[in-house]
Amino acid sequence: MSIVSVGFRTLFYKEMLRFWKVATQTIAAPILTAMLYLLIFGHVLEGRVEVYPGVNYTAFLVPGLVMMSVLQNAFANSSSSLIQSKITGNLVFILLPPLSHWEILLAYVSASVVRGLAVGAGVFAITAWFAHLSFAAPLWIIVFAIMGAAILGTLGVIAGIWADKFDQLAAFQNFLIMPATFLAGVFYSIHSLPRFWQAVSHFNPFFYMIDGFRHGFFGQSDISPWTSLAIVSAFFAVLAAVAINLLRGGYKLRH
Amino acid sequence: MTAIQINSVEKSYKGFKALKGVSLTIEQGEFFGLLGPNGAGKTTLISTIAGLIRPDVGSVQIHGHDVVTDFREARKKLGVVPQELVFDPFFTVRETLRLQSGYFGIKNNDKWIDEVMENLDLTNKADVNMRALSGGMKRRVLVAQALVHKPPVIVLDEPTAGVDVELRQTLWKFISRLNREGGHTVVLTTHYLEEAQAMCQRVAMLKSGQVVALDTMSALLRRVSGSQLIVHLKSGDLPQDLRHLVSHDEHGNSNGTGNKYSLRVNDYAEVEPILARLRESGAVIDEMQLQQADLEDIFIQIMEKGAL
Repeated sequence: MSIVSVGFRTLFYKEMLRFWKVATQTIAAPILTAMLYLLIFGHVLEGRVEVYPGVNYTAFLVPGLVMMSVLQNAFANSSSSLIQSKITGNLVFILLPPLSHWEILLAYVSASVVRGLAVGAGVFAITAWFAHLSFAAPLWIIVFAIMGAAILGTLGVIAGIWADKFDQLAAFQNFLIMPATFLAGVFYSIHSLPRFWQAVSHFNPFFYMIDGFRHGFFGQSDISPWTSLAIVSAFFAVLAAVAINLLRGGYKLRH
Repeated sequence: MTAIQINSVEKSYKGFKALKGVSLTIEQGEFFGLLGPNGAGKTTLISTIAGLIRPDVGSVQIHGHDVVTDFREARKKLGVVPQELVFDPFFTVRETLRLQSGYFGIKNNDKWIDEVMENLDLTNKADVNMRALSGGMKRRVLVAQALVHKPPVIVLDEPTAGVDVELRQTLWKFISRLNREGGHTVVLTTHYLEEAQAMCQRVAMLKSGQVVALDTMSALLRRVSGSQLIVHLKSGDLPQDLRHLVSHDEHGNSNGTGNKYSLRVNDYAEVEPILARLRESGAVIDEMQLQQADLEDIFIQIMEKGAL
């Protein structure tokens, strides 16, 4: 099976087209939300907090907001597409053709990565006006942005398959994705936390995505980007294995 | 060549047995009808053929490819029109059909897509969003989606439910052509028994998850003995010695009251003696009609008795 098969490319294209046709909702709205975060938190905390030496708070905040937007939108893309297709019944158009489990997973995840990166790039382009940013290690920026989006895209596939109703998906998003993202150091460094909460943060895989991503900008992070990459890669492998097994077993898809 | 092989398929849902050991063999090029009342298991069986439902016991092969273990090859051979009127609201008709082609690994398929749209009277709706189509038009798109990859086996699950006469005629004309000229196997479920009688060469009837009749259409029609001679008397009465032939009168009674009767006749030779006896008794016939038994009569008898 080739990952560039016509089946994969078509499903990937369809998923891209799906979010592009409602770009106001899927791209413009999250960019606006991130900008509001920056304006409000930056205004309140600028000059009062210095997380890294020589880095002002607004500049510190930008990579965190960019990554948060990448993660949340990557999750939203695959999960909302699957739950909508399940509820309206048009998922049958994906289930009847000879698409392999890998083709389905890769297409949904790839489209999620594209949307996540598109929103992230948009947030960066807007917020960069408000802060002077450096690019100490641009490769880390790209690697962690792609890995983070791929992980959340895969989590979106799992949540989309598992959820039977929109409120179940909303619960997944509000009680798991949102807290894990906010508590991963978007607005702070975990070194500013009490020792106990620092330890707890190390069990949050989202922390490693954001910390590694931020390292790409400032060349400073709470832990080594190599360690973060290893943990993020392992997390992605576990989620991909779960997703592929759900698809192979037809869980909640083929009865 | 065998198009669909169904081997002892069983399927249960929370203790309810939807299919109880169904076995069928459908040959390539057949126009096959799958009939039965609501809840008989038709859609469950079709979903099993399509790989949307996995059987608890038994197996299904399309052109020799198992729908579970060799699903990619099996699905390439199969086009399914689902019963539910489903669509993706993000796309136009042409986008929908191009995407469906791509899922089956076919690119640059516009020539065939145009032909399918032409045959289903969809050409002038090609660039219209799916949301803006009427129910009948959406049904046409579902049929077109099932045909984009030119499958040798086409399964239609109640394709004409709730659609107008024009679509039915357009659809059957096109599907018949695919069956007759292209040699496509067609499996049809429908509640319109006159459609099944007109189109299908062979029929299986399902009841409570089991096949209760499986035969060619002509053999099934022969199974119901005789026809109905309907006589409406202007004056006089039905002689006593003909009353045992009454299947029902105008009030639905089998004892023969009133002046309109349905009389059972086994063949045409029995008609003249009945008319002669009526004349002899002084009865005058106002209207008369000889009604052949049809698939509906057979269906009702089989569903009431379990078998003929």
